[in-house]
Amino acid sequence: MALGKQHEIHTRRYGRNLGVGLLLAAFIAIIFGLTVVKVTRGDYEPARTEAEG
Amino acid sequence: MSDASLNNTILEPEASFGDFYALLKPRVMTLVVFTALVGLLAAPVAVHPMIAFASILFIAVGGGASGALNMWWDADIDAVMKRTQKRPIPSGQVTEGEALAFGVALSGLSVVMLGLASNWFAAGLLGFTIFFYVVIYTMWLKRWTPQNIVIGGAAGAFPPMIGWAVATGGISIESVLMFCLTFMWTPPHFWALALFMRKDYDNAGVPMLTVTHGRRSTRIHIFVYTLLLAILAVGTSFTSIGGPVYLAVAVVLNVLFLKGAWDIFRRDEDASEADNFKAERGFFKLSLLYLFLHFSAILVEAILQRFGLGGW
Repeated sequence: MALGKQHEIHTRRYGRNLGVGLLLAAFIAIIFGLTVVKVTRGDYEPARTEAEG
Repeated sequence: MSDASLNNTILEPEASFGDFYALLKPRVMTLVVFTALVGLLAAPVAVHPMIAFASILFIAVGGGASGALNMWWDADIDAVMKRTQKRPIPSGQVTEGEALAFGVALSGLSVVMLGLASNWFAAGLLGFTIFFYVVIYTMWLKRWTPQNIVIGGAAGAFPPMIGWAVATGGISIESVLMFCLTFMWTPPHFWALALFMRKDYDNAGVPMLTVTHGRRSTRIHIFVYTLLLAILAVGTSFTSIGGPVYLAVAVVLNVLFLKGAWDIFRRDEDASEADNFKAERGFFKLSLLYLFLHFSAILVEAILQRFGLGGW
């Protein structure tokens, strides 16, 4: 079998694989977006004590 | 893997991306997304658009996951009922094991992600909703009692409360009212469907009210529930999520809905069969518009209030 030749399963599952790939990319984008919002809003900064002002 | 097993795999029908999407019950998901969004926007606390978007998305995924688990458990019923025979499991596109794994994975993912995106109270409420729909309704009530639709309706009524909890981190009278609106709407909506899809439920052996208490009793139940719903829906006008716009919408819709329920109540089986359940089908279609417009009116009031208008 030539190295470049695709197995039949790659053609058959192209739509499913493409869908899963796009979903994973979208999931990463959402996590990134959430992280940016939460970090810039200061959600993860340690609570300041009164002594620290 | 041997050549023989590979050939066997090829011969079996294989689930496409669309089949897995169908497992999420996309039409039910639109209701979940819309009511959750209204709950979130009607809350008195502003939410960052990115957090609101992610939260609604994960609520939708949670709703879809419970749909997949419902299809996994109910595959035997779905195979018998005409309305559900083409679903991915009875049609042979997705195996029961695949649907179970898909539903469990998405349930866990949606709850954890909602907790991380918004707060753990909202995530807990989403987790409880999935549990209620899958275990309490699907596994227990649906095949056991004709009150299945009444109590099970709570599962579909939680999304606006979850949306509200995303914004506020808790529960309040307003979010409970939005819950009650969907909760009281569900029985007449499904009983009207059961009246004109009767053969389906008879064949599947699901104890719908039409099967256990008869069709006359179902017609009475529809009218009584619609009357109670009308009182609740119009009464909501005078709370903080209501206002003049909501009141106008609620009055018109509830008059129409009561008229539809009255028509169903007055009819007998001969009259219904003579026109192929015209009144029952019309009532069912109106019920979809009824819920959508009530929540739209709550949304309009919330938007108006942001501009200093709306409310009383």
